[in-house]
Amino acid sequence: MANTYRVLDKVHLQDEEEFVDILEDKRHCSDLRFAFRTFSPPPYKGAPACSSAELNQAVLESQYLRYVINEVALEMGSSVEEVRDEACGIMREMSQNLQLRFIRLMGFVVRKVFKRIFSAIYVNMERLQALQQATQECPVILMPNHRSYIDFLVVSYILFNYDIPLPVIAAGIPLAGMTIVGEMLRRSGAFFIRRAIGSDKLYWAVLSEYVRTIVRKGFAPLEFFVEGLRSRTLKSLPPKLGMMNMILEPFFKGEVYDVTLLPISISYDRVLEESLLAHELLGVPKPRESTAGLLKASRVLQENYGCMHVNFGRPLSARRLCEGKINRCQYNLTPRDLPQKPNAEAQACGSWLAHMIVRLQEEGALTSPWSLMACVLLQVPTAALTEEGLLFHQLTERTLWLRKLALDFRAHLNWPEKVPDSDVMSSTVALHRSVVYRKAGRVYLTRNDELEQKHSMEEDMMRTAAALLMLASYRNQCLHVFVRPALLALAMSVTKSTRKDELLTCFCFLQEVFSNEFVFIPGQSSQDFEEACSLLHKCKAVHVGQWEVTNSDTQPEVLSFLQELLKPFIESYQLMFRFLCEERDCVFREKDFLSGVRTLATKLIVSGELHTYEALSSDMQKNVLSSLRRLGAITKITTSQNNEYKVNKSAVRRTGDMLAGRIPPQIVQAAPDARL
Amino acid sequence: MKWNGWGYSDSRFLFNKKGQAEFTGNRYRLSGMIIPGLKDWMEGTFGANLQHKTQATVSPILFFFSILSIVSAAFVEELKSTGIPFSHEAEDRVFRAHGKKAHFTHFNFWFEKVLFINVTLFFFFFYCHNDVVKIVELACKHNVCLIPYGGGTSVSSALECPPEETRSIVSLDTSQMNRILWIDEKNLTAHVESGIVGQDLERLLNESGYCTGHEPDSMEFSSLGGWVATRASGMKKNIYGNIEDLVIHIKMVTPRGVIEKSCQGPRMSTGPDIHHFILGSEGTLGVVTEVTIKIRPMPEYQKYGSVVFPNFEQGVACLREVARQRCAPASIRLMDNEQFKFGHALKPQVSSIFTSFLDGLKKFYITKFKGFDPNRLCVATLLFEGPREKVLQHEKQVYDIAAKFGGLAAGEDNGQRGYMLTFVIAYLRDLGMDYYVIGESFETSVPWDRVLDICRNVKARIIRECKDKGVQFPPLSTCRVTQTYDAGACVYFYFAFNYRGLSDPVHVYEQVEHAAREEILANGGSLSHHHGVGKLRKEWMRETVSNVGVGMLKSVKDYVDPNNIFGNRNLL
Repeated sequence: MANTYRVLDKVHLQDEEEFVDILEDKRHCSDLRFAFRTFSPPPYKGAPACSSAELNQAVLESQYLRYVINEVALEMGSSVEEVRDEACGIMREMSQNLQLRFIRLMGFVVRKVFKRIFSAIYVNMERLQALQQATQECPVILMPNHRSYIDFLVVSYILFNYDIPLPVIAAGIPLAGMTIVGEMLRRSGAFFIRRAIGSDKLYWAVLSEYVRTIVRKGFAPLEFFVEGLRSRTLKSLPPKLGMMNMILEPFFKGEVYDVTLLPISISYDRVLEESLLAHELLGVPKPRESTAGLLKASRVLQENYGCMHVNFGRPLSARRLCEGKINRCQYNLTPRDLPQKPNAEAQACGSWLAHMIVRLQEEGALTSPWSLMACVLLQVPTAALTEEGLLFHQLTERTLWLRKLALDFRAHLNWPEKVPDSDVMSSTVALHRSVVYRKAGRVYLTRNDELEQKHSMEEDMMRTAAALLMLASYRNQCLHVFVRPALLALAMSVTKSTRKDELLTCFCFLQEVFSNEFVFIPGQSSQDFEEACSLLHKCKAVHVGQWEVTNSDTQPEVLSFLQELLKPFIESYQLMFRFLCEERDCVFREKDFLSGVRTLATKLIVSGELHTYEALSSDMQKNVLSSLRRLGAITKITTSQNNEYKVNKSAVRRTGDMLAGRIPPQIVQAAPDARL
Repeated sequence: MKWNGWGYSDSRFLFNKKGQAEFTGNRYRLSGMIIPGLKDWMEGTFGANLQHKTQATVSPILFFFSILSIVSAAFVEELKSTGIPFSHEAEDRVFRAHGKKAHFTHFNFWFEKVLFINVTLFFFFFYCHNDVVKIVELACKHNVCLIPYGGGTSVSSALECPPEETRSIVSLDTSQMNRILWIDEKNLTAHVESGIVGQDLERLLNESGYCTGHEPDSMEFSSLGGWVATRASGMKKNIYGNIEDLVIHIKMVTPRGVIEKSCQGPRMSTGPDIHHFILGSEGTLGVVTEVTIKIRPMPEYQKYGSVVFPNFEQGVACLREVARQRCAPASIRLMDNEQFKFGHALKPQVSSIFTSFLDGLKKFYITKFKGFDPNRLCVATLLFEGPREKVLQHEKQVYDIAAKFGGLAAGEDNGQRGYMLTFVIAYLRDLGMDYYVIGESFETSVPWDRVLDICRNVKARIIRECKDKGVQFPPLSTCRVTQTYDAGACVYFYFAFNYRGLSDPVHVYEQVEHAAREEILANGGSLSHHHGVGKLRKEWMRETVSNVGVGMLKSVKDYVDPNNIFGNRNLL
């Protein structure tokens, strides 16, 4: 555990770093000349370069794959050749085909687009030098957070800019299906992974061998999104561990000396897909990724999306981090190229690392003024925003207060210096006119009135909901700054206790309940608690004694703000608990649950009983299900297309009661993590 | 022999007045020669500077004056009556209280440790098996700790007296038991006393037209008994076998009495082989006194050879193929690029313009014409032995395999020099110490599929540890594959670093060595291939042989030596 702290501490020190706008110096150099610049990354010392054809061949000829192919052939009763052909097919579907001339083409196009839509792309240069050094020494894994489709391109673009070997990128298979674009991505280094792999043994084998071979050969950095998906809510997602384990395996088995992990935090002032995301959360199906769709979406390129910050983290040595956590001798007695499930120790290590990377991504993320404003706006009653509007100077005042709090909580702010605060505020509001607008000194919620006609109550509400969910997403961007103190503040209000041990118990319980909402490093609850105490103490909101945490009267608004911040979560969760308890059946289908909750929530919002629109978010609804599963209050009974669950009403009710402070919380023994 | 360094007193490296390196004496091929490249190599590799010389050594006698000898008087009295010669001289005692572990052979490091070291109080010369029996009986009677001493070439701290030992410690020097008792030409065996040193054994057998073929790199100084006690391995094991394949019969004196087999059958199925309790017992069970060992007629023809590979990976692949086809020559060794460069630095000054011209031509051919990268290429050295016809045939087979892996034959001379280097490299360590360079070697054995990984990882670990521990200059971290087996290979690592600016170089050195061994174990390497465990690697014994394994060894020790008379505390 001491390790983590060392790493985290170092990250805090990076405040001083300079960000450079990479579009700036290039604006007057021609795009064409940029695309044809000489690209000469320093070579990897460990092994010679390797073309994608050689890579594919190495995978197909590996001992490991041959073994699995034979095994699968035996199980399926088919011939080895057939299975091998199938493996080749999977390989063709999956493999990347990185070609420099396509990168040049992409570089040309991407640069044109970026210059049009972004006012600046800031990158911390010094870290890039460290990265360039690291790529020569051992395999490098680039681990960006995933908020937008742009993420795919931007890292490659930056590396191309600075003579760093271009990464191969793990991408979802739907992208491969897009005509031309899929192929272009493939040639820019993307390889494609199916979404639902399930128990397809052959697919797993090809994929894992492919990833391991890339790591072993080390000729190019491997880029993948540890969160697994694009986050629809702009909040960090609990990491997926399969890929992480594949990457660590070559190190555990001694096939490479070390693996360098590099968290990258990409922060957008304004996300291209913002309204798409909100609608998706409201149940409007996501348009299938298609080239035609992409062309249609090209009108998003007409707008300005502000700045983008790409914060490259400090290169982390997996070897150093895993010291004392893994006994590498365990691989001595079986041939290393036989299939072997990672044991509990290796899995725990992978999970810990993955969670830590997410934490580091959060810490590296920059908090924009807009995201602070979103926090403030969401605490204003909805009616006020839609009808009478919020006084602009009031918004400014609250936001500036929050800025100070965020700084106390060691957030990385991206608040323009040497600009009057009022200018920052108004330019931010102007940038986000898709969500709010300013009229006569007041701020109103923008509701997309494409057609100026009367809307039904329902439709009207949906439009409000879309705008509010967008706001909520932008609030989520900075939630990680406040989440630990906020959970403590919540624990204080739930338990009404001042005793540290009771607060800790409640804190852990809340972490457990919201473990799908907020990412915490497993097994570090007490450190998180301590951190929360010290932060609240620092901003003088509480007194922390040896046994007690007591309310201080000097800063009452801090605690109430923090409690208010988490209120949408509490209310939504309670609503869904209530829904489950009131259902007649003990067995329900996921689909029915989602629509049922939506109906109930709509009804309650209209009637004014429910104040948050976030209960409408399908993301939150799914999180409640996984949370209850972890707590053992519901169990999944089928694994077919329709997920069915069996609910234990008393357990759900008990969880709800604990969350409301009606009964003291107990730490529930969570089922072992099944996300693999 | 030197008490504070490796080898013969007359043989050493030094920098002459012109600042050129020179190897003194006349024992080796390199002796008396100027080595122009060495200075640059040392400066380039370690950042060593000839201006920065460590302090001169002082005779140890000054420092051991004050050590009192407290030995039971009765024991001394009875000893005298046996008539076995013994010595009480400080220098002798120090000499026998340590092996050849780097920092213990050098005065500067001694100085720090000297007060804490337990030193033997006496040491004995023996003339025959019966002398040993008498002494062991006496020691049991008076409860005196005995430590057998052969050639003193241990690098596992096996000869250090345990600091926790409170009894009198007596060193048993077998060096005077050095006769060949008989040679059996019908069965091709020889019965030899255990104190005989490798090169003497070979020389004496050669006089009768035979050899054992057992040639560890330490054979100039190490003894037959020591080989048995540590499970030694010889350079030419591919033809002659390792020590466990060579011995037919062993006689060992233990506190319980003498252990030996009743016959000389070439193989027996009589339960676990009791020889395997003795082989590798590292002086914890008793003293080996006599050994019957296989002998072979001297080889008709010997030929050295060498092959240059474009990189280490290809070289290992070639060795693997040679092992797969079971056609390994008497010796085949693969040096990595750093060692290749080091070998190059040790080239003596060439006398004629013609040879230097030829060298230039060769270099041009390999690097320019064949496109080998001088920073990646590596060299395998070969030694063939046997009937002339067969050797030539064998040679062709091996070179053909090498060609498949991009190997180019690089001449006999390079091969021979490679083997000679093995003998002088130990002297070089002493030269390094004069200029703040401290170094050591260690070995392991590892399955074939792990050879490349272990080489890369251990070398990288050494470099990282040195950097982490504050070593100012990049260390030398290099390896070579020295033996091939059906299922794996023996890998030898060397590391050395310039310790200027470090406050506690010995500690750093120990930490690096420790980390390197951990890395070896984590990469599937063994605790030791032939150096043994001694006290240096004891801490890993349990995980190496399991709890039950340790228990087994312990119970043998408890039966054979219940009072821990052979108390060097090696192994367990």
